[in-house]
Amino acid sequence: MDDERAAPATAVLVNGQRREVRTERDTALLYVLRNHLGLKGTRFGCGLGLCGACLVLVDGLAAYSCDTPLWAVQGKEITTVEGLGTADEPHPVTRALIARQGAQCGYCLPGVIIAAAGLLGRNADPSDEEVRAALDGNLCRCGAHNRIVRAVLDAAAELRAGPR
Amino acid sequence: MNPPQGIALPPLLAANPRLGDWLRVRPAGVIEVRPGKVELGQGVLTALAQVAAEELDVSLARVRMMPAVTGLSPDEGYTSGSLSVQHSGAALRLICAEARGRFLAAAAARLGVPGDKLTVTDGQILAPDGRASSYWELADAGLLDRPATGGYQPKPASAYRVVGTSLPRLDLPDKLTGRPRYTHDLSPDGLCYGRIVRPPSRGATLAHLDPAAALALPGVLTVVRDGNFLGVVAEREEVALRAADRLRADAGWERRPTLPDPADLPAFLVSAAAETTVLAERGGPPPPGQIAASVEATYHRPYLAHASMGPSSATALVSDQGGPRLRVWSHTQGVYPLRAELARALGLAEDDITVTHVAGAGCYGHNGADDAALDAALLATAVPGRPVQVTWSRADELGWAPFGPAAVVRVAADLDSTGNVLFWRHQIWGNGHSTRPGSNPSVALLAAGHRAGGRDIEPAAEPPMARGGGAGRNSVPGYDFPAYQIVNHRLLDMPLRTSALRSLGAFLNVFAAESFMDELAAAAGRDPVEYRLACLTDPRARAVVEAAARRSGWDTWPRAESVGHGIGFARYKNTSAYCAVVAEVAAVSEIRVRRLTVAVDAGLVINPDGAANQVEGGAIQATSWALKEKVRFDRYGVTSDSWETYPILRFSEVPAVEVELLPGYGNPALGIGEAAQGPTAAAIGNAVYDALGVRVRALPLTGEHVLAAMPD
Repeated sequence: MDDERAAPATAVLVNGQRREVRTERDTALLYVLRNHLGLKGTRFGCGLGLCGACLVLVDGLAAYSCDTPLWAVQGKEITTVEGLGTADEPHPVTRALIARQGAQCGYCLPGVIIAAAGLLGRNADPSDEEVRAALDGNLCRCGAHNRIVRAVLDAAAELRAGPR
Repeated sequence: MNPPQGIALPPLLAANPRLGDWLRVRPAGVIEVRPGKVELGQGVLTALAQVAAEELDVSLARVRMMPAVTGLSPDEGYTSGSLSVQHSGAALRLICAEARGRFLAAAAARLGVPGDKLTVTDGQILAPDGRASSYWELADAGLLDRPATGGYQPKPASAYRVVGTSLPRLDLPDKLTGRPRYTHDLSPDGLCYGRIVRPPSRGATLAHLDPAAALALPGVLTVVRDGNFLGVVAEREEVALRAADRLRADAGWERRPTLPDPADLPAFLVSAAAETTVLAERGGPPPPGQIAASVEATYHRPYLAHASMGPSSATALVSDQGGPRLRVWSHTQGVYPLRAELARALGLAEDDITVTHVAGAGCYGHNGADDAALDAALLATAVPGRPVQVTWSRADELGWAPFGPAAVVRVAADLDSTGNVLFWRHQIWGNGHSTRPGSNPSVALLAAGHRAGGRDIEPAAEPPMARGGGAGRNSVPGYDFPAYQIVNHRLLDMPLRTSALRSLGAFLNVFAAESFMDELAAAAGRDPVEYRLACLTDPRARAVVEAAARRSGWDTWPRAESVGHGIGFARYKNTSAYCAVVAEVAAVSEIRVRRLTVAVDAGLVINPDGAANQVEGGAIQATSWALKEKVRFDRYGVTSDSWETYPILRFSEVPAVEVELLPGYGNPALGIGEAAQGPTAAAIGNAVYDALGVRVRALPLTGEHVLAAMPD
């Protein structure tokens, strides 16, 4: 893309890798991840930080990538759902979601997984209410909420039990 | 050719009889199944894969579900109406049974062994002497290059090993780990990005436009203007977004008020020009001497938005070389109807267009998917040879996609001296529930009406009751009333575009009828469950009502201040799954639903966990509709265009849900995806009455409506 060469280069640290992208510094992180880096697991839902489909971890804390400009994450460590696990070796939350079939369309779930991973990073033994409170910034339209909450509680228990 | 004596082919199969269109065996031992139905997020492709694996005697791992594509897939119309397992499942069962039979016969000839001595294990065809063949060894024999005859008997349900088990969804691991699986994720070579700048209000006209600043942004390829349709194409998505913002600022629109007064929507609905039809009737009004009392009540629902988590998206490519002129990738509910509508809109032959289905976010009816396909096609036409991806903004998704129609329902009954119904009258006022492509005289795609010379989409029609109706869905009582009359007033003006949203008219019809049943029970001093059972003879209907009551502890339920329970029941479309719901609510500063107990009889269930998931999801979505949701508008346009102005139920507000699937008892599969919508809303409304003694007849059940319903 010719115009891209004209755009400034910025280095980002995503899933443990240093990557260089060419785009304007106020470009939302979401488009950097999805289009420049091909990480499609981070999803567009509203563009206003109101639904959680675009959540990523920035230095371990969940952040809305749709309204986080690129300049704001320079030097910070970004983790997307792809960085949490793969289909062969899924993150414990992902594994529990599959075991519980805690999904219908699946579109909101990478954001849910990020929020849940963020929660479990600061609270190893959350209650049902604490999981719901932590996920209140994530909208789900299919009605998979209760299955998702049970899966997050399963994952928390698995993580507390230590490596298998 | 004359088919041998066999099973009558279901209509979808009769219209698409070639076995090879549905099923292909690959030499590597993979069975490709290509139903015309599409994955909407409901798990249907997993259920259909189970049906195929069952009849073919192969493991599920060998089955690969192929996306619906025009020109290759059987034309199964739309994936809608909770009919996929009923229709596509029935077709696949016959096709796979026939394919199995033909492969067995070919193997028998090859091995010189009678067919009835052969067995099939995971696609391996085994003779008693140890010799073997397989589906894939015979894949090239042309066995599937012929029409289905219906001459091969599928397995009896008693032999099922795969159908009826809760196998995990095939598509979830990819979707949960971020692999590209959605329309939005397509990234073909040369992809560029489009955005549409919609008019600022309904009926606005683009008076002037200065595209120079947008065109000057580095990476902008073109601005497309056609009447009131305005869009931009750029190399990068972030540039398309900035350019769309720039265009929005540099466009001047003439606005005019076209919408009714939102302050009194029910009054508009019952007074607007309408076509009045008697949808159904039985008997006539009783002689006045028998009537001990006559009562009536009026219920209302607002417009509802689909509000899927992923906005509508499509990718289109106009060829600058050979091959089909236009290729479109879409999360449409029907690749063939969309192709036909795109051909009408663009003046192309259908053969010049290919539409491929790619999953979208959850689909609950006719959303903006088809509209986005035309948007992408119009922009792609301006940059031949470059694929263009258009994704709607959240504001456009909530503001411009079709809505589930607002409506008013008035129910009246003549009663005998014990409070039993002698005559029931159900009247509906509102727009119709389908403006899907193919059902509308105009081109039923949003941009078509915005282009120069474009026509507005015609007001939605009413499909026949024999197909489940639209506004009239579930308006016919499921109870054994001696006489009834159902009247529909279909509006002839459509201020906001309305179309199919999960359960169509059943949501309000069941809310109204089941609220009214509760009102009748209360007036007669009778228990709501007992009152219903007293006029319900269908044993399957009684069984779901009794199961929901029993499981929720209806008879032993402890009464507490500001807490109530209520029941709702319906058989979806009067012909599909039976569903009863008991809701428990707490009504203090606001209405909170604590618990839903759902009992469903859907006959044969292919995947019990998947079915329970659908029912639970439907019940939670209906709770969201019933408690919170309402499309807001002023005289110019829709104002509820963000999650702040169109809130939906959050994790901390979601009730506990228990789903009990009743045994199928050998009954055929019934659609399940929409069965819980009406009964859930009714159960919640009835529980609010139980908690507060206030009958709230206007949805949503917000504090505002509760206050308005309180006696002065």
